[in-house]
Amino acid sequence: MSLILLIEQVLNGLQFGIMLFLMAAGLTLIFGVMGLINLAHGSLYMIGAFCAAAVAGATGSFLLGLIAALAGAAIAGALVEIVVIRRLYRKDHLDQVLATFALILIFSEGTRWIFGSFPLFLNVPDYLSGPVTLPGGIQYPLYRLALIVVGLVVGLGLYLLISKTRLGVQIRAGENDREMIAALGIDIARLYTIVFALGAALAGFAGALVGAIQSVQVGMGEPVLILAFVVIVIGGIGSIKGALIGALLVGLTDTLGGIYLPEAMKLFLDPATATAIGSSLASMAIYVLMAAVLILRPAGLFGARA
Amino acid sequence: MTEKSETAARTAETPVLETRGLCKSFEALRASRDISLDLRPGEIHAIIGPNGAGKSTLIGQICGTLKPDAGSVHLLGQDVTHQAARLRARAGLGRTFQISSLAMEDTVLQNAVLGALGASGRSWRFWGDALRDRRLVETAEEALVRVGLQDSARHRTAELSHGQRRQLEVAVALTLRPKALVMDEPMAGMGAEGSRLLTGFLDQLRQEAPILLVEHDMDAVFSLADRISVLVYGEVIATGSVDEIRANAAVREAYLGDEA
Amino acid sequence: MIRETHVNALTLALLVAIPLWAVIADEPFTITLMTRAAVFAIAAVGLNIALGLGGLVSLGHAVFFGLGGYAMGILAHHAQTYTALSEWPVLIEGTKSMPVIWLTAIAVSSLAALVIGILSLRTAGVYFIMITLAFGQMFFFFAISWSEYGGEDGLSIYVRNGFPGLNTLDPIQFYGLCLALLCLVLVFAWRLAKSPFGLALNAARQAPVRVETVGLDPTRLRLVAFVLSGAIAGLAGALFADLNRFVSPVMFSWQTSGEIMVFVILGGVGRLFGPVVGALVFVALEHWLGGLSDFWHIYLGLLLLLIVLFGRGGLIGMVCGREAVHD
Repeated sequence: MSLILLIEQVLNGLQFGIMLFLMAAGLTLIFGVMGLINLAHGSLYMIGAFCAAAVAGATGSFLLGLIAALAGAAIAGALVEIVVIRRLYRKDHLDQVLATFALILIFSEGTRWIFGSFPLFLNVPDYLSGPVTLPGGIQYPLYRLALIVVGLVVGLGLYLLISKTRLGVQIRAGENDREMIAALGIDIARLYTIVFALGAALAGFAGALVGAIQSVQVGMGEPVLILAFVVIVIGGIGSIKGALIGALLVGLTDTLGGIYLPEAMKLFLDPATATAIGSSLASMAIYVLMAAVLILRPAGLFGARA
Repeated sequence: MTEKSETAARTAETPVLETRGLCKSFEALRASRDISLDLRPGEIHAIIGPNGAGKSTLIGQICGTLKPDAGSVHLLGQDVTHQAARLRARAGLGRTFQISSLAMEDTVLQNAVLGALGASGRSWRFWGDALRDRRLVETAEEALVRVGLQDSARHRTAELSHGQRRQLEVAVALTLRPKALVMDEPMAGMGAEGSRLLTGFLDQLRQEAPILLVEHDMDAVFSLADRISVLVYGEVIATGSVDEIRANAAVREAYLGDEA
Repeated sequence: MIRETHVNALTLALLVAIPLWAVIADEPFTITLMTRAAVFAIAAVGLNIALGLGGLVSLGHAVFFGLGGYAMGILAHHAQTYTALSEWPVLIEGTKSMPVIWLTAIAVSSLAALVIGILSLRTAGVYFIMITLAFGQMFFFFAISWSEYGGEDGLSIYVRNGFPGLNTLDPIQFYGLCLALLCLVLVFAWRLAKSPFGLALNAARQAPVRVETVGLDPTRLRLVAFVLSGAIAGLAGALFADLNRFVSPVMFSWQTSGEIMVFVILGGVGRLFGPVVGALVFVALEHWLGGLSDFWHIYLGLLLLLIVLFGRGGLIGMVCGREAVHD
């Protein structure tokens, strides 16, 4: 195993982790402010990817596609919040799970109905395609590198939004005490819609960005959603910082585990068995990580007490 | 009878429940400062103090839902500081809550049977009908009769009045056949008539199980308590008989004020 | 308002009458549908013990359903290829015997439920939901990458496994077997709810602090409920795999977990026959709506939304109203 491969895999892990962060940040924000568990967050990821693929396909502009993803997911999020989600805040978690599960069914089948069952393709724009040479002579796809940078910029933006703006103050107030935001004279219904749309836009943005390196298809959102849950469990519910650290941990564990566990197994077993067992173990690595965190810190790394 | 009173005399030396130097802080707030108090056989020991004095924190530590930073809790001479709440309950510590904590969808009888179940250690039976288990139901019904809830046994707990829920709280605690009782504001929200009945009941109950009583209703406290401890800012500023407390200058200043 | 016991009796009557009619009318497909519903109902009755009685919102019951399926798949696969499951340290051979397969399924899924339960019950609320969902996904990916047993493609069984004295290839006989197991599981769930354990578990859902104050351990009660619940879902998984003579990672998928939960909610959480009614209605919708439109999940989703937003208590709740207090 060469150093170059290691660096490459670490970058892949970072890229994966950063995309997970975009999902997890929205989820954890929505949970922190509204106390809502949203299974349909994966659908918003999917909607973002489909919007981007459709618009980029029609106009030929990747950038327009991205804007469409942000706008489409935000609008879908706001609509869903107004029509369905706001009726769920006072209900128990079971009702939230079921209603948002129902939303997944509706969104997935609706998308299949509009776009058909075949995957769409979203191409990486020319100016971002091809490899770039990093210091040390490592060749790495420019697009993936761009994803890391864009993700970090969005993360920084989110941090500034929450710590420096009026909206951020309201969000933090909402996380601590619902009565306080009412006392501050904030329109709670509007704040909730905005927060939900913001989370949706982040998910949709992630969907569009990832859509260019994977295929855009129905059902693409849920595996990412569940990984984002793992991220939140690891990082601690409601904590954006926890979401970032958790996402990077999960991204790196998954990517490095996939490469190094089969290799590690080869030290003990014959190559064929080692590859089989190693890849099985690798598929479980992040869940083992989650279990370990649960044993040591049941409320997650940065969570308040459960 | 004579034998009984002898035992009573002997055990009068050892408190049923005792705290030694309990300290508990929540960040900067020191909710318990070196609290040492005891509960002797046959007595009602009332704890009074203004809101925020740290009464709930104290109860939490005594009953095992909060861990003290320092100090210890002793039940029947045993150090239970590191025991979970349920083990203290098993050892004979009964508790009623300030805010009723009952299975609201269940019937009154079911709630009482739950208490009997906990005491009997038969909760790992998966087959027989709990409400046809003679011993469980008899214990439960007996407790309901004692608090005067026998006629409501089959009602859903959610249908009970506020006062009746407090009575049920006491009944559930009784099914454990407790050796000591910790009651958190049992009179809260009760009407005058309910308070009067409950006062009379607690008055008799102390012979069976001494009571550590946290209560805001001063009439009840002064008529019931053998001893009173005054808690202010997490600290016991005085412990003594009703008369001593009434006369204590520090207490008057800190708490009773014009009332006394 | 109709009494709940009448609805239950009617449901049982339908479970007997429809397949009998199907035999007479020579409609074997209807029998298969009913078998599917009965097997789903078993899984849902299992989940209802954790969910309805224990208040544990588990989105990971596909794990147990899938393990039951793979217990059947792996045992039968070795039996039909005449290979041993393991030669060392002890020789374990495959089998085509349903009772042995069921017991294996129950044992394996109980064990998994014990481990997952111990980990997941360290937390509560939303965490519990997310964690059970994540464990489900872990098994899903593990099954996909386990190429020895078919990986993504799953395992096929040539002939349905056998039960002493019955011809399980005959749809109605296999259905009878599943119905008998469903009844057994229902009786167990009914007794359990009334038992001292059930009473304590029920109280632990509503007032955990109270349960602790009477000297019981709510977490331990929940763990046992979770294991019982997982064991029953495992049994259902073995039957489901036998019904299809096929097992694949899909049984482990999060959709499966969601669907099992939908059966329970559709019928009515915490009600004895809720899961049965839910499973029957689900299979009926799947068949009819699926025949009308390729996109029947949209209608299912809308129906679910309506039930969650407006009809607490599921279908049985809508028909019977709030559960009456019984002694």
